Amino acid sequence: MSATLQKNTPAAPDLASALARPPRGGWVEAARAAAEARLEQTGLPGRRDEYWRFTRPDTLTAPEAGTAALLKDDEAPFFGGTDCLNLVFVDGAFDADASDKLEGTGLTIERLADVAATSDHWAQELYGVLEARGQKPVVRPLAAINTARATDGLLIRATGKVEKPIAIRYLRRDADADAMLHSVVRVEEGASLTLLENGPAAARFNSVLEVDLGDEAAFHHIRTQGRDHERREATHIFARLGRESLFKSFTLSANGALTRNECIIEMTGDDGVAHVAGAALGDGASGAFHHDDTIFVTHDALRCESRQVFKKVLRNGAVGVFQGKILVKAGAQKTDGYQISQSLLLDEDSQFLAKPELEIYADDVVCSHGSTTGAIDETALFYLRSRGVEKAEAQDLLVLSFLAEAIEEIDDADLAANINDRLAAWLRRRRS
Amino acid sequence: MLKITDLHVQLEEEDKKILKGVNLTVETGKVHAIMGPNGSGKSTLSYVLSGREGYEVTQGSAELDGEEILEMDPEERAAAGLFLAFQYPVEIPGVGNMTFLRTAVNAQRKARGQEEMSATDFLKEVRAKAKSLKIDADMLKRPVNVGFSGGEKKRNEILQMAMLEPRMCILDETDSGLDVDAMKLVADGVNALRDEGRSFLVITHYQRLLDHIKPDVVHIMADGRIIKTGGPELALEVENNGYADLLEGTA
Ligand SMILES: Nc1ncnc2c1ncn2[C@@H]1O[C@H](COP(=O)(O)OP(=O)(O)O)[C@@H](O)[C@H]1O
Ligand SMILES: [Mg+2]
Repeated sequence: MSATLQKNTPAAPDLASALARPPRGGWVEAARAAAEARLEQTGLPGRRDEYWRFTRPDTLTAPEAGTAALLKDDEAPFFGGTDCLNLVFVDGAFDADASDKLEGTGLTIERLADVAATSDHWAQELYGVLEARGQKPVVRPLAAINTARATDGLLIRATGKVEKPIAIRYLRRDADADAMLHSVVRVEEGASLTLLENGPAAARFNSVLEVDLGDEAAFHHIRTQGRDHERREATHIFARLGRESLFKSFTLSANGALTRNECIIEMTGDDGVAHVAGAALGDGASGAFHHDDTIFVTHDALRCESRQVFKKVLRNGAVGVFQGKILVKAGAQKTDGYQISQSLLLDEDSQFLAKPELEIYADDVVCSHGSTTGAIDETALFYLRSRGVEKAEAQDLLVLSFLAEAIEEIDDADLAANINDRLAAWLRRRRS
Repeated sequence: MLKITDLHVQLEEEDKKILKGVNLTVETGKVHAIMGPNGSGKSTLSYVLSGREGYEVTQGSAELDGEEILEMDPEERAAAGLFLAFQYPVEIPGVGNMTFLRTAVNAQRKARGQEEMSATDFLKEVRAKAKSLKIDADMLKRPVNVGFSGGEKKRNEILQMAMLEPRMCILDETDSGLDVDAMKLVADGVNALRDEGRSFLVITHYQRLLDHIKPDVVHIMADGRIIKTGGPELALEVENNGYADLLEGTA
């Protein structure tokens, strides 16, 4: 090795240097190159970044995923009672044999890996485009690196009212797999689509989902991030809403050493409605539990409604983070913005860090936000116990009660019941 | 059935004595009423008997069928057959009334070593009992007590009592906040449960509930003690003369 090279201290290896660059060519090349340039400019998130003040990014930016023990799961499949188009990824790799055919009524659905090399694709107007829009005013380098380096994901285009939900089922087999997926959803004018996601996808998972809603389009998203204790994940949803469109996203998270869910919503058409909700529960005693919801909603149209409902149940040193912002641009009159973030601390070791923000440049708007941290209501606990319900079970009922407002954000009654039953079962499992 | 002996209770958090030697025995199958001015300790007695935290028993005992209950958890007392209809029933958002009832019924059956009730049997029984209390299907579906009127909350308490079939029922101010019709409905619900194996302790500030739920024995409570015990005529005396005379008599 030459003397000149030895003088320079090599940069510490990180995700960007460790991760291979996808092959060149095809419609996606330009988007990847642009994202690579964004990443070059911002670098990966570091401890000092204001946007990462409450959550340490180092395990998300490290070159290796690290090992996350596999949980032996004997649960019935999620959304089992619902007829879905099932798509399976194992450790981030598509499993064609386990998946249904990529087809459906009112729908085109393709794998990024299958079509990335073609010269033209409808998704090129969106891939990396919504992500790039979401980089201002706050940078999101983990999303940029995903656009630049992800080699697979789904490109879904709904042209009609799609009856069957698309269910992406993530499975784990390898204890230290590192997964990165980038999906794009376009719901055309008047069309509708439901997307379900379930599973801990890998030891470490970086996911980007870009959602573009045409006028009067509707998109329902229900996601569960399963019970593996040591998994880590950083997810981004970038949504852009057209006139009178509806966007609803709900996430249930249990366990996981580190979860950072970012949701960036842009209301660009008048009379749009966007609701994003989350219910998270974790126990610091099973290693670590750190759960971060970071939300940014921009109102840039008339009479839009946005709602953020986030609830966290924390125990044994678990940490919950909520950073939520509503930005109302000048002229976005009659905006109705609501944000609530609440934590239920089951002991004194756990903590909840919340940073709710409103930034409003229009004068005729209604925006409210609230954040609370509390313990179990002793009066309610006594009421339940006085009816013969054991203390632990009574506490679980109150946990369900606390999370109910978030779960009520799921419109479909069967899916909501499925989530609620699952939660109840998880709580019961802890007790036995 | 219930035997309270020289019960002294103070607050855990501060040095405030509330019950100062309560003696009371409710025989099996009987209805006893406790009347008394506000702040005399009636609710405290009901809470201490059912096991609420925050109170310290400094002296005395309370036995249910000869078994000391003051050391038991609230759920154990419930399983032993004690029930308190709350003065202020608690709202529990997000938990369906039906789910709550079913959880409670099955928890008690489990504690007593009985099998869980099947979903169909349970549904049948709830519907029948709810109907007689004029509780409709909607109220059963809604979250526990959320958005219920005062009367609906009290009827819901009686429905829980009817489903749980306790042997010792304590009713704390079940008449408060009710109009005459609602009170009649609640009283009918209670009377339907009267049984030679079941006892009641009816706490009330006013005599009017006792027109509907006829007590066998009436106690007057003041400043943490039972100061007088008599028959139903004692309630009428309170109705006519207020508490002032009775209180003076003891001063
Ligand atoms: N948790 C408490 N904290 C403070 N004071 C209490 C508490 N519980 C009862 N007390 C006091 O004890 C006395 C008796 O109250 P309570 O039992 O509610 O009476 P009643 O039901 O007869 O109106 C009152 O002076 C009341 O203020
Ligand atoms: Mg009282």
